[in-house]
Amino acid sequence: MTKAISIAGLHKSFGRTHALDGLDLAVETGEVHGFLGPNGAGKSTAIRVLLGLLRADSGGVSLLGRNPWQDAVELHRRIAYVPGDVTLWRNLSGGEIIDLYGKLRNEGRAKRVGQGGGGRRTGGLDRTKRAELIERFELDPTKKGHTYSKGNRQKVALVAAFASDVDLYVLDEPTSGLDPLMEEVFQSCVQEARDRGRTVLLSSHILSEVESLCDRVSIVRKGRTVESGSLADLRHLTRTSVTAELAAAPNGLAHLPGVHGLDVQGLRVRLQVDTDKLDAVLRSLTASGVRSLTSTPPTLEELFLRHYEDEHLANGVAAS
Amino acid sequence: MSTVTLAGTTTLTRLALRRDRLMIPLWALVTGGLVASGAGSLESLYGTAAERARAAASMTANSSMRALYGPVFDDSLGGLVAWRFGTFAAVLAAVASLIVVVRHTREEEETGRQEMLSAGAVGRRAPLTAALLAALVVNAAVALIVTAGLAGQGAAGALALGLAIGGTGMVFATTAALAAQLTESARLAKGLTGAAVGLAFVLRAAGDSGTAGGTSQDGVLGGGSSVLTWLSPIGWAENVRAFAGERWWVLLLIAATVLLQTAAAYALTGRRDVGAGFLATRPGPPEGGLATAGALAWRLQRGTLLGWSLGFLLGGLAFGGMVEGAADIVGDNEKARQIFERMGGQSALTDAFLATMVSLFGMVAALFAVGSALRPHGEETSGRAEPLLANALGRIRWAAGHLLIAFGGSALILALSGIGLALSYGRDAGPILGASLAQLPAVWTLAGLAVLLWGAAPKAATAAWGAAGLCLALGWIGPALDLPQAALNLSPFGHLPKLPGPEMTWTPVLALTALAAALVTAGLAGLRRRDMIS
Repeated sequence: MTKAISIAGLHKSFGRTHALDGLDLAVETGEVHGFLGPNGAGKSTAIRVLLGLLRADSGGVSLLGRNPWQDAVELHRRIAYVPGDVTLWRNLSGGEIIDLYGKLRNEGRAKRVGQGGGGRRTGGLDRTKRAELIERFELDPTKKGHTYSKGNRQKVALVAAFASDVDLYVLDEPTSGLDPLMEEVFQSCVQEARDRGRTVLLSSHILSEVESLCDRVSIVRKGRTVESGSLADLRHLTRTSVTAELAAAPNGLAHLPGVHGLDVQGLRVRLQVDTDKLDAVLRSLTASGVRSLTSTPPTLEELFLRHYEDEHLANGVAAS
Repeated sequence: MSTVTLAGTTTLTRLALRRDRLMIPLWALVTGGLVASGAGSLESLYGTAAERARAAASMTANSSMRALYGPVFDDSLGGLVAWRFGTFAAVLAAVASLIVVVRHTREEEETGRQEMLSAGAVGRRAPLTAALLAALVVNAAVALIVTAGLAGQGAAGALALGLAIGGTGMVFATTAALAAQLTESARLAKGLTGAAVGLAFVLRAAGDSGTAGGTSQDGVLGGGSSVLTWLSPIGWAENVRAFAGERWWVLLLIAATVLLQTAAAYALTGRRDVGAGFLATRPGPPEGGLATAGALAWRLQRGTLLGWSLGFLLGGLAFGGMVEGAADIVGDNEKARQIFERMGGQSALTDAFLATMVSLFGMVAALFAVGSALRPHGEETSGRAEPLLANALGRIRWAAGHLLIAFGGSALILALSGIGLALSYGRDAGPILGASLAQLPAVWTLAGLAVLLWGAAPKAATAAWGAAGLCLALGWIGPALDLPQAALNLSPFGHLPKLPGPEMTWTPVLALTALAAALVTAGLAGLRRRDMIS
């Protein structure tokens, strides 16, 4: 597989603020890649660099095999972007804005008629797809820009993005303000894109969304990538909570590698263990005779919170 | 009206003053200081009573002078200050007031900030009241500076002039308050009020230039004002006659208008939803035909361009009708003649009048050009440019649509003002049109400066307004202050040939055009290289 996005050691400063401090990111073609991190971690800055809106200070950035700053216009024909906070022109209708984006994406390119789902294409938009998406997202395209609510503004950008068949979708917290029903529509749109072999970079704070959509995730903190891999990989790196009632007092648990927060009260044992060290712990427990056992795998929330909290702790230490 | 609807006014007023902590003092100081320092600058120009009397007589006899500044009602130093700076300061106060009022009413609602404020213990009429109080602070400060600065010329006259200028500011503050209730868009509210200020200026100019001579039969300066002048709030300010036997009752007319408009705005604001206006929004088409960045730029700017086009055509028609009266100058004051020549030109008096008008149109057109050239800057800071540029659209092509309108549009409106002048004057259509278009290189230079600032240093982009304002001030009141040519030459307008009349000189015209092109090129090069701001 080729890489759709490949960033290595990306630096970007605004004055004295180091927004990106050696960020790495690799997104394979055809995957949905989650892009996570606390507020202010540098996700949007990285996305703006990918879109050629900001110029990298240093580091290698390759988008669909090309340079996003130099080849911005050519690349943008193959990209659809949805920002987290969509602003619209107050006196243009939603329908006009959707069509404008479609046409601008495909400006200067010959009309492709009858491709991609059989819909009639004018500019970059598949008309059938456009109509279908407007219906699925329950958007009124005749309203003027300033009369849309937050969620409806997002829908305008989402329809414009998914009505065009591009190679890469760059979505920066695209579902902020959407209701759960529309969130579901959004998720099926992403899945359909993936089924067509398209690549999606999804920056999001909605963990259920990330969990159900993303093949792999990268977690950013303070402008650096701190973790990258499939969700299963990441889970593997975290701790499983174990509660057990034993037949006899436990023996030697405290000395096993990877055991944390051991709490023994008589025959009752509670502990956390690095998931890859689970085997040894279970063996030790069964040696004492197990009466009951609950083992809880880490939730995605715990996984992220661990990364996010580390930052808050680090900040706390730095502040004190 | 219960006091509940005013809850939170104090806090909101303090918020407004805090947000405008730079703009309000600066604008008040410039406007008030300009008038207050006028006595000194005019004293050096007309040292003796005899000189002043001659200047007053010749100025007030000259219809183009009357159109620009109004008649001279008294030849004391104070009277000359009121004549020379009164109208200009009243317009400045009006513009400051309309910006402040719309900024703290409709703009707050449009951006959605008002919603959060109104969710607090804030009465329905509190935002409007706070905005008007902020405007009152601006205008009271101007009035105070004028009164204190000119007290040496006579306390009563100084007070009357201060109140007249500040009062005109409040008239348009309340007009803006009314406009902000009617429209849903802050831009439109400012445009409507701006058009009202322009109309008031043109009415006064037409009225003043039309009144025959300036000296009534019994030899008293000024005579009476025409009906047209009395239709204009700026005309009222002039008719307070500061330093010329003050007519205090005219201030009552101003106060009554302020109260009336305030009451109307209050009535409307109590009857509407937050964020809504009285001019309803119609639904738009479900599908759009906009296909290019140029088409989008046209769509966004066409309303503004239409407004300016109409204004310039009507302005041209109005001033063109005054040309005939321009010939009746009494030119026995050498200094007045010199000033007049530096402002307008040296040949025939009608030509001089036309040249003055044409250059006035040119300087005002620069405001359109700068605003239009900075439109992509607004698109960028509002976040609308970012998703646009995420399409297959290069920055240069995106900017080009807006710049085409800025540069082509300024040519269009100048041509329309020339056509208007020529149509109602009925002669010399070619030279007048040519003279109007000869203003373009200076207009383009200021627009080019705006492009350069935006492209290379986007945080400083709004400084282009300052440059345009400075040029307007230099061109309008600079010549009368006997400023050295070097100072007048700071403005690109100072270099243009004073057409129609003298021979066309191509060197400055071509040089300025080249400069404008260089500024645009440098600006676009900067735009291509820099980060987009968001």
